[in-house]
Parts: sequence; C-alpha cells; structure tokens
Amino acid sequence: MTDAEIRAVALATLLSIAPEVEVDELRGDRTLRSQVDLDSMDWLNFLLGLHEKLKVEIPEADYAKLITLNDVVAYLQRKLGAG
Amino acid sequence: MIEFKLPSLGSDMDEGTLLEWKVGVGDTVKKGQVVAIVDTTKAAVDVESWQEGVVHELIAEIGQKMPVGAVMALLLEAGETAPAKVGAGGTAKPAPAAAPAVAAAAAAAAPATPPAAAPVVAPAAPGRRMISPAARKHAEEKGIDLDGITGTGPHGAVTLEDVENAAAARPAPAVEKAAIKPAEPQASRAADMRKTIAAAMSRSKREIPHYYVSEDIPLAKALAWLQAANAQRPMAERLLPAALLLKAVAMALKRYPELNGYWRDGGFVPVAAINPGVAISLRQGGLIAPALLNADGKPLTLLMQELTDLVKRTRAGSLRSSEMNEATITVTNLGDQGSQAVFGVITPPQVALVGFGRVAERPWAENGGLKVLPVVTASLSADHRVSDGHRGALFLLELNELLQHPEELDK
Repeated sequence: MTDAEIRAVALATLLSIAPEVEVDELRGDRTLRSQVDLDSMDWLNFLLGLHEKLKVEIPEADYAKLITLNDVVAYLQRKLGAG
Repeated sequence: MIEFKLPSLGSDMDEGTLLEWKVGVGDTVKKGQVVAIVDTTKAAVDVESWQEGVVHELIAEIGQKMPVGAVMALLLEAGETAPAKVGAGGTAKPAPAAAPAVAAAAAAAAPATPPAAAPVVAPAAPGRRMISPAARKHAEEKGIDLDGITGTGPHGAVTLEDVENAAAARPAPAVEKAAIKPAEPQASRAADMRKTIAAAMSRSKREIPHYYVSEDIPLAKALAWLQAANAQRPMAERLLPAALLLKAVAMALKRYPELNGYWRDGGFVPVAAINPGVAISLRQGGLIAPALLNADGKPLTLLMQELTDLVKRTRAGSLRSSEMNEATITVTNLGDQGSQAVFGVITPPQVALVGFGRVAERPWAENGGLKVLPVVTASLSADHRVSDGHRGALFLLELNELLQHPEELDK
C-alpha cells in the first residue's frame, strides 16, 4: 500500500469514530489528539479499527509512538512492509 | 392487573415520548424484557419491564409525550384472566386505563385514592351500540368511523382492541404520521439536553451541601499490571485504566456504603447493588451517565466489555431504562486528555461522585527520596447530609490501597 492509501484508511477509520472531523483541516504533523477530541476509548477503537482493516498488530507498548497522523501512517507502513 | 408505567429514566428526566412498542396485546412479557422505546432529551431508551405478565392493553400511543409515572400499558398477572368488559355487575377496569397516559400520571401524583371504577362499556340504550369510552376516544383520535367496526366484546361491544385493529388495517393517514415525533435536529436535541443538565445540576447545587476531598494516587503498579495483562491479550480484549479505576471504586464502596445510594424523602437510602454511573461525553455536546450494573462483582475483562458496549450504545443513543435509572453513584474520568483533577457536581438523588483527572507522570516524594511516577488525582464530591469529610477521605485512601494491588481487582 502507498502512504496515501494508508492515510485514506486511517482517515476513514477516524471519521467512523469522530464524524465531525474536517479531514482537510487536519495537520499530519500535529498531535492527532489535540486536533480531534478522542478519549481513551475512542483512541483504542481507532487503533482497533486500523488493526481490523489492515490486519496489523499494534502492541500497547507502541501506542506512545503514535502521536501524529504522519506517525500513524509511517508506523503502519513499516508494519505492512515487515509483514 | 399490572400497570406498566413510564419509569424515571434518570433524575434529570421527567417526561418521554413513545417511539415504538416492542410488544403487542397478548404477548408474554418477561422480567428485563424491552417493551418500548422512549425518547428523552438525552437518548432513545429501551424501556424494560421488571414484572412478568401478558399484555392486556397498550395505552400509550406512538408519538405521545408522557410524564414519568404515566401508565403506558396494562399487563395481566400470571393466572389472571382479562376482566369482563361488560356485565350486569358492571365489572370494570381501572379508570386510568381508559385515560390518556398524561392524565393517568397526573392522577398518580395526586394523593392516593383508588381510581373510581367505571364501566368500560356504556349501558346499552335501545338501538344504540355499546362502545367503550377508551375505544370511542381512540376512534376519535384516529378518525375512525365506529359504524364500520364490528365489535368483538360482550354483546357486540366495540373494544379498544377493535379500534386498534381497525386502525392497523387501514393505510395510515397523513395526520397520524404528523403526530409521530420526527427525529429532532441535532442542534435542537443538544439544546434540550443542555436544559436538562442545567436543571439537574442547578437542583444539585441548590439542594445538596457538597463537600470535596482529593487524593493523589500513584499508579505505577496498576499500569505495570495492566501493561503485562494487555501484552497477553488480543487488541480487542485489552483493558483500559478506566476499567481498573471503576472496579476499584466499586470495591471501595463496599466498605463505605454511605456513599452508595440515594437521598429520598429527607433521608439516606443505601443501595446494596453497586452500580456506578459512568459519565460519557457525547460528540454533539452534553453527557450521559448510564450505569454499569453490579460492577463490584465483575472481573475486569467483563467490566471492560460492558464499558465498551455502554460507551458505544450511549453514543449511538441506545440505552436501557435500567442503565438510565439505577446508577447509585457517578464516576467521571477525564482520561489522558483531561485536566489534572475534577471536582464534580453530584447527580441527584445520588449522594456522591468520584472524579479522576489525567494520569500523568509527576514527581513523587517517598521515604525521603524523589522519583517520577504516573499519578492520578482522585476526588470525591459527597453529600454532607449523609457523610462527613473524614469518611470521604478514608474512602479515597481505600481506593488508593486497592489500586496498589491491581491483581486483586480482577475477581
């Protein structure tokens, strides 16, 4: 998958949890959870959604690495590449 | 005869609109079964029955707004047969059954006097058909010509059921559709919810003498235990710290029952079941605090599953009446995006609220040394009519102690 495709999956997953998000206004290099009101349950569901759509296992120890949307895309790309 | 009434769906809800019946006349109703869906300012709620019986009559109509306590339906108890609807003895059914639900509730609110028995079927006059008052009223409301209905009651009397059947058999006229409450625009629902919250919180601050205590609780052991537990679990079964905190609150309440219950009629009513209401914010604004029932007796995996389901259904607007009216205390957890501490407003008629702020690393002095630990500030807002600050502080110390032994919470 290309980065753009992974980003599209991530945004679709995000929108399923936070439908009010204006995707065009999201900055990929800014903290995701400062731009979108996601509580811990939303965040878990976001990661679970990515796991289900991309078949990528995300250990809890890696959660802290996923700060920005760019982080998420790069992380998933590495995982998909490694898989 | 059992009167099935609109239950309170939270202290801040005093009326609801019937959206849908989930049962029909003649259906057997079991305890806990959802019998209707009622819309409130906060959510559409699945209303459960806590009595068993057979549906004898559905009184409330789709789209009808009713106050809490309104008689919505009549159920026959086990072994009970439907009362004769006419006869020389003038066997009657309760007047409220024939009255609109709103009127029935108003009557229920009045000093208790047994409803006057009134014959359902008017005495037959020569050349005149027997039609029950409820059936006549229903027919008028539905615009149904009674002459076109064949009565199936005693002596050919036209019953409410006959009218309902006739109404169901014809295409719904436009006027009926208009009577059904349309889905409210999001903004309108948000505004209604804000008013509801305002009323409940104003009442709380007006009537409840709050006191507040707080305790900083180190979570290093709890989070390490969670991390180890989650490493063994598939993603969909991982635990959040919120589940651990909720379980700890439930366990601590067992030793401090004066924080778990209601203030009613000038006194405290303790409740044996520990049902923390979980404050859940809604994306469109506002919040709901449905109950996690019997949280003290559930292992963490089950509690987490139920919490996930509760959050999902709350945000989808699909809660059960027991979840809306059986919370015995409220727990608000600001999570990792929140402030350091929260001192909440008690939800009447409850007598306490536990708040958790953001879990964050902080400097922690211990045994003459300084280290950095994940810490959460737990707070208690409690009703001073029921408990004192000393007991409140002991409750938070108990909470702290429980969280230092997380493995014992998974039982």
